[in-house]
Amino acid sequence: MDANLRAAYESVIGLEIHVQLGTKSKAYSSDATAYGASPNSQTSPITLGHPGALPRVNQKVVEYAVRLGLACQCAIRERNEYARKNYFYADLPKGYQITQDKTPICNGGFVEIKDADGQPKKIALTRIHMEEDSGKSSHDLDPFNSLIDLNRAGVPLLEIVSEPEFRNGTEAYSYLTEMRKLVRYLDISDGNMEEGSLRCDVNISVRPKEQDAFGTKVEVKNLNSFRNVQKAIDYEIERQIALVESGERVVQQTRTFDAAQGKTQLLRAKEDAHDYRYFNEPDLPPVLVKEDYIEAVRAQLPPLPRELFAKYRKMGLSEYDAGLITEQKAMALYFESVLEHTDQYKAAANFLMGPVKSYLNENALSIEDFPLPAAAIAELLELVETGKVSNTVASGDLFKHMLAAPDTAPAELAQAHNLIQESNEGELMALVQQALAKFPDKVEAYRNGKKGVQGLFMGEVMKLSGGKADPKIASKLVQQELEK
Amino acid sequence: MTDIDSLPVLQEKLQNGAFTCTEMIEAFLERIQGHASLNAFVEVFAHDARSRATVIDAKLNHGTAGKLAGLVVGIKDNMVYRHHKGSAGSKMLAEFESLFTATAVQRLLDEDAIVIGRLNCDEFAMGSANKFSHYGPTHNPVDNKRTPGGSSGGSAAAVAARLVHASLGSDTGGSIRQPASFTGTLGFKPSYGRISRHGLVAFASSFDQIGPLARSMDTLSALYEVMAGPDEYDSTATQQAVAPVALSDADRDTPRRIAYFKEVLENPKLDEKVKKQTQDYLARLREQGHEVEGVNFPLLDYLVPTYYILSTAEASSNLARYDGIHYGYRSEEVENLETVYKRSRTEGFGPEVKRRILLGTFVLSSGYYDAYYGKAQKARRLIADQTEELFKRFDFLISPTTPHPAFLVEAESSDPTAMYLEDIFTVHANLTGTPAISLPLLRGTGKLPVGLQLTAPRFAEKALFQFAHGLLQR
Repeated sequence: MDANLRAAYESVIGLEIHVQLGTKSKAYSSDATAYGASPNSQTSPITLGHPGALPRVNQKVVEYAVRLGLACQCAIRERNEYARKNYFYADLPKGYQITQDKTPICNGGFVEIKDADGQPKKIALTRIHMEEDSGKSSHDLDPFNSLIDLNRAGVPLLEIVSEPEFRNGTEAYSYLTEMRKLVRYLDISDGNMEEGSLRCDVNISVRPKEQDAFGTKVEVKNLNSFRNVQKAIDYEIERQIALVESGERVVQQTRTFDAAQGKTQLLRAKEDAHDYRYFNEPDLPPVLVKEDYIEAVRAQLPPLPRELFAKYRKMGLSEYDAGLITEQKAMALYFESVLEHTDQYKAAANFLMGPVKSYLNENALSIEDFPLPAAAIAELLELVETGKVSNTVASGDLFKHMLAAPDTAPAELAQAHNLIQESNEGELMALVQQALAKFPDKVEAYRNGKKGVQGLFMGEVMKLSGGKADPKIASKLVQQELEK
Repeated sequence: MTDIDSLPVLQEKLQNGAFTCTEMIEAFLERIQGHASLNAFVEVFAHDARSRATVIDAKLNHGTAGKLAGLVVGIKDNMVYRHHKGSAGSKMLAEFESLFTATAVQRLLDEDAIVIGRLNCDEFAMGSANKFSHYGPTHNPVDNKRTPGGSSGGSAAAVAARLVHASLGSDTGGSIRQPASFTGTLGFKPSYGRISRHGLVAFASSFDQIGPLARSMDTLSALYEVMAGPDEYDSTATQQAVAPVALSDADRDTPRRIAYFKEVLENPKLDEKVKKQTQDYLARLREQGHEVEGVNFPLLDYLVPTYYILSTAEASSNLARYDGIHYGYRSEEVENLETVYKRSRTEGFGPEVKRRILLGTFVLSSGYYDAYYGKAQKARRLIADQTEELFKRFDFLISPTTPHPAFLVEAESSDPTAMYLEDIFTVHANLTGTPAISLPLLRGTGKLPVGLQLTAPRFAEKALFQFAHGLLQR
């Protein structure tokens, strides 16, 4: 689409994210929530909606909601009512979903993302509320029947509703990335879109820039990856602009995204919209979230990515490095523990992003599986800092030896493998003089202005020392002798 | 054996070896069979009862028997019992067997009561004449042509006919007290939250309460004490501990402050005889030194509409689970998901249940919510507030339980709202969550029994029982 045409329109986009919480038991029963268990094996009478079964609130769900609310700087509601959302569906055994309607636990707040130009942008949140998942229907496993698995029914969800402040798919992508990072940092969800732990619905409308009234809203559902969310939004913006440009109306409807074709398609029209007949859930008294409870949760909050990012920037790390380290919580935590043993934060960042990351990538490991304790890395960096080993040795041979013997101290390994670098000036001087004596003509050449030959002497010194000469001191001595 | 009303008397006889549980159970089974025409039982657990009786006889011998040892109890067919059928009087659940036992029932079993069977009731406890049962109407042992009331009609009839020592009913708008009134038995609805609803098939969750029916106060209060108290399976059950009732004649003469609603005695539906008897009773209470005062309660006419809007709204949602998919009745004539729902529910539910689901769905639907459900919630709050005010000045509220005695089973009421108005004196306790008891102290036209209803402040069961005990002693 013509960039000028697109620029003449403003798109108004809001996101609804469902995050499946990583609690051990379900939202309103003690049934297990493990992913991948055999069908209908995690289903008590409560999950099955049997006559006489009553829901019970899993307090962990409240705690997780408060964690996310605090991380997004939402207002936390004190008196939380539960509500029933009534509709019939085969994988909804009670005929209603227990959710929150008028009293969501978190209100307001924001998430900081990057816009299409890489600039920071705050996306305001409308609300976050607690609810339960439905079961799963499969229509293609059996030729004659639909199959229903109720293991997922009753698994806790947080629904996060944003204000319609996204302008394009890139912003939505950035938001999803941030949100996933956040829920993983907060340890409330694994955030895996493939396993359905994170789901996203999008509301999109467009309007000519001079127009005040909003355009007609279209909802896009069943999006199964961050990229598809981005693509669906960008496709839908262009589709709607094209409709308006050609004088047609955008019709209020729900669409789905066909990833193969890269297009959105009609799912259902507005007329099929449900009347959910929300009312307060009479089986659950309101849950009171008191100030002291909120403070207790706040005190237990893990460090958040944006806080760590700011901290690392302040330490002098580049935006790139700070971003890379905070991308994964486990990496950031590892970095934090390295910093507990050394103040070589820049060297530590470089070491983690360099040799450590390469090692993890080559072996397809995550930082949680990294065999070396943070203290060992800190000790290694100290060896470099004090000139005991060279940087090359540290990230090369010595690192390999450490990985082979994770329980042995780096200094000991360096000693054992003869990797301690020569920094005794007296001994080094002998080597320097030896090198100079070997090439008297080159010494002459240097003194006649051919400064380039210095490298030759350095190479010789390193060779004579078996690679253990401290390059800084060696270089200083070589120069000193040549200048004589 | 079957004619013993009082639990302490029963237990004394069992201890003395006057008869054994086993002998007693045979007597009850015989009597139940002899009264089959009452249609009080949906199912008799004969085998269960016999084997329990053997066990309890042994326990009695060893002195390890529970508090309710030997008490023969029937349960309303809307509370579940593990590995037993429980239908809520509906075709929808006719073949349904539960995977768990209701807390109230379990507590009876734990104290060695003998559950002898499940008792007929209106479908999903919706009805006032026990006519809306899949298993047909129950008859009133006081007069076979009359209804025992509803929805706990089977529970009341079985107690009145001495087919059991006591029974459990459930009371959403009067479903224990009205049948107690019609059959001359004692029926008690505890404070909301006093007895766990876990295992009670839900009709209207914010109103439903399980309660006992019996022929004596000591049996009634013993059942209450065993069942009441916190339950982790019901979040609406109170955490308050239950004070032991300890009935005694000692405080029989303590003067009490008693209120009655003037509007109740002026109600045009009130049977003349019942009115006269109530007035006489009030006069007698004054003579006994109690302070009796008529107070205005202008909200009386709003009780029934408020109750029916809120209870049907909750019912429409509570009964959504009976959809023919996972369990219960499924129509044979289905083509797709939608026809599974429509035909299963059309064929599985009876007329009154359908009527209330429609009503409840309507009052919650968008565009009508504020006018009906929203308004009714405000009305309920107002009623509760005024009642709380009232109980600051009075210990008890008194009224007839029902406007008149049991009507004829055949009396066809084509007007459902006229039937709903029958609940006018009982729904107050459900709307306000207060405990209320119906005592067989009045007589209506034809000398038929009518209950006298006492209502107390929420969780004041102990005082209520002691006062009721005093009244029955006179």
